Amino acid sequence: MNFSFSNEQILMQEEVKKLLDKENSVKRNRTILEGEEKFDEELWKSLVAMGLTATTIPEEYGGIGMGFLELCVIAEELGRGIAPVPFSSSVYLATTAILNSSNEDLKKEYLPKLAGGEIIGTFAHSEKTSFPDESGITVSANGNKISGQKIAVPDGDIADFAIVSATSGKNVGLYLVNLKNDKVTIETLDTFDPSRSHANVTFENAEAVLLQDDAWTSIEKLLDQSAVLFAFEQVGGAEAAMNMAKEYAMGRYAFGRAIASFQAIKHKVADMYVSLQLARSNCYYGAWALSNDSSELPTAAATARVSATKAFYECSKENIQTHGGMGATWEFDCHLYYRRARLLSSNIGSQGIWKDKLITSLEKSNSPA
Amino acid sequence: MDFNDTKDEAQFREEVNTWLSENAEKKQHARDIYKASGVPGDGSALEDAKKWQEKLYEAGWACLHWPKDYGGRDASPMERVIWSQEMSKYKVPGGYFEIGQGMAGPVLMTYATEEQKQRYLPPMAKGEEVWCQLFSEPGAGSDLAGIKTKAELDGDTWTINGQKVWTSGAQFSDYGILVTRSDFSAPKHKGLTYFFLDMKSPGVEIRPIKQITGGSGFNEVYFTDVKIPDSQRLGEVGDGWKVSLTTLMNERLAVGDASGVDFQEIFDLAKEQDFNGDQAIKNGSVREKLADWYCEQSGLKYTKMRNISALSQGSTPGPEASITKIVSANKLQDIANFGMDLMDSGSIVRDDDTSALFQGSLLGAPLIRIAGGTDEVLKNIIAEQVLGMPQDVRVDKNVPFNEIPTGSKN
Repeated sequence: MNFSFSNEQILMQEEVKKLLDKENSVKRNRTILEGEEKFDEELWKSLVAMGLTATTIPEEYGGIGMGFLELCVIAEELGRGIAPVPFSSSVYLATTAILNSSNEDLKKEYLPKLAGGEIIGTFAHSEKTSFPDESGITVSANGNKISGQKIAVPDGDIADFAIVSATSGKNVGLYLVNLKNDKVTIETLDTFDPSRSHANVTFENAEAVLLQDDAWTSIEKLLDQSAVLFAFEQVGGAEAAMNMAKEYAMGRYAFGRAIASFQAIKHKVADMYVSLQLARSNCYYGAWALSNDSSELPTAAATARVSATKAFYECSKENIQTHGGMGATWEFDCHLYYRRARLLSSNIGSQGIWKDKLITSLEKSNSPA
Repeated sequence: MDFNDTKDEAQFREEVNTWLSENAEKKQHARDIYKASGVPGDGSALEDAKKWQEKLYEAGWACLHWPKDYGGRDASPMERVIWSQEMSKYKVPGGYFEIGQGMAGPVLMTYATEEQKQRYLPPMAKGEEVWCQLFSEPGAGSDLAGIKTKAELDGDTWTINGQKVWTSGAQFSDYGILVTRSDFSAPKHKGLTYFFLDMKSPGVEIRPIKQITGGSGFNEVYFTDVKIPDSQRLGEVGDGWKVSLTTLMNERLAVGDASGVDFQEIFDLAKEQDFNGDQAIKNGSVREKLADWYCEQSGLKYTKMRNISALSQGSTPGPEASITKIVSANKLQDIANFGMDLMDSGSIVRDDDTSALFQGSLLGAPLIRIAGGTDEVLKNIIAEQVLGMPQDVRVDKNVPFNEIPTGSKN
């Protein structure tokens, strides 16, 4: 039994952590949050230089041909460092969508540029303030032209292209659309966590390349794949928030002693630890299913996603509580994690959606653990 | 990342399976347990359990990780895990020897004389002699070091007076491990002394405790002028706390999962029951709860896998295992309660297998949240031993024991 990451993967994780520490990604998060820039280009370039955007792309397409397990440990560190970069959109989603497809021309054209960080991609799926089901897709495809609006597209105003779900009237397909195009209107949004940019994207007969026809099953799979990676990011953030709470409690004195010596605080931090461990273990299961392309992926991904969402919410909110009033000031970093926890919960479908997916998947397999 | 055995592990698993399939009956399903096994206090399967344990012992499958000299197999921790994984697939009697083998054994191994080890450990491994643990008292539960059972030395014989409580299996035990106070003027943790004794000694009186389940798995044990030779002292006089910690560490490893209804039972019930004119499982609020419990169950399962994986790679899992009991005992209680909700007014009727199962779990859960370290004690352990947070201020730490205030509930 080897239910752990390999030494090489752990080494890689440490390198990513070192880079993000050195570049002070948490401080950069605040800079983007408070400033006009949409993302941290300098940090993005450092990640690209390290080869992280090329992780899952095979060598024949200009990548480094590693696997999803490597991407999992990278995701954890990006979450710990609440990095203000479009990594999830471009790598977990757009790159994976292209890797999943059988369109060789698109692979040859896009993957090398994605690997080298020359272009950034995203996934444009939501259309209103509820997560879409198959009948809810109204963006329409007419031959190689699409029209309609996608809302709150992560990195929609940063990305060069988007993978777009659109209905042909018969079914929902996946299309690749160049966003730097006068048939596409991009409207940057004011959001809950401005460290990551979001935009409404409107298509008016925009040129689109069909990635896959009748693609709903593929969309579900793409969401499952990315859910595992989002979950690792959430676990990284949750652990950072828990450690912040612990460190603060050790140094903060009240009633003549460190508040970390009070059971009310210890039990709070122990509760964070429990939710974090459950989430981490479920993430490992997700990582196993993802990297083996297992039939258990829908169950494993939903399990990882639900428990990681819960853990990051709990750790980030109780971190503020542990800090007392200072935790709720703009000056302290607690809110950066609280915002990021909420943002990651909203991207790719909220908690209710994933809980429902989990039970649906268990009903289908009818063989819980 | 994989779930596969190494070559050696696979070979060992094969060996285990071959023996088990020739000597035991395979379970048809997870709930297919040996009659009365796992029901402490019910001595009805004791003879069967002793026969089975003897069979294990003769074939070299008893107390796998113990040295061969004392009846074990010198097995690695990973081999022990494989053994218990495989054995859980078979219908065998159990529930009588865990305290002896899991807690008394390790203490004897560390503190007894060679002669005593040779005398007591093999019969313990063989199941010939049953052991119990005499620790908690009416005034000393989570604060175990607050015990008052008195030990006085005269010549080379100790006289014991006092009362223990929550002693599992005392009624069919041959021996017990016992912690006492030998010095009431020393600070709390410094005046304790640890022994083992013959449970048939004159002056030992055992009274069963009736629990809220109606069962009696636990006992009160009274000591009136009970004599113990000094040769049965384990550790130095006044060092009993140190010896107790060895036992408690093993207890927390032994307790593990809570038994009773779990995800599968509530999932099945939600499919069977109606709720507002449809299957309960179609209801959003039901699905949401199911998802939470599945995530907890799965999280524990894969936490165990991570620990086993650490074992397989030669490292020792630490007190991280404390999360298992906190999560599983609370999950058990909440699933049982929700299951009864789903059965509505019929849930309170006792003559139905399903309602009885959920009722039994609801009544059993409170004690599981308390036994072997309460939720609160386990959270302290996580905070202090895993996360390195400081201990609470202890007002009784350096005070002579007989000057520590006690309330009316002690």
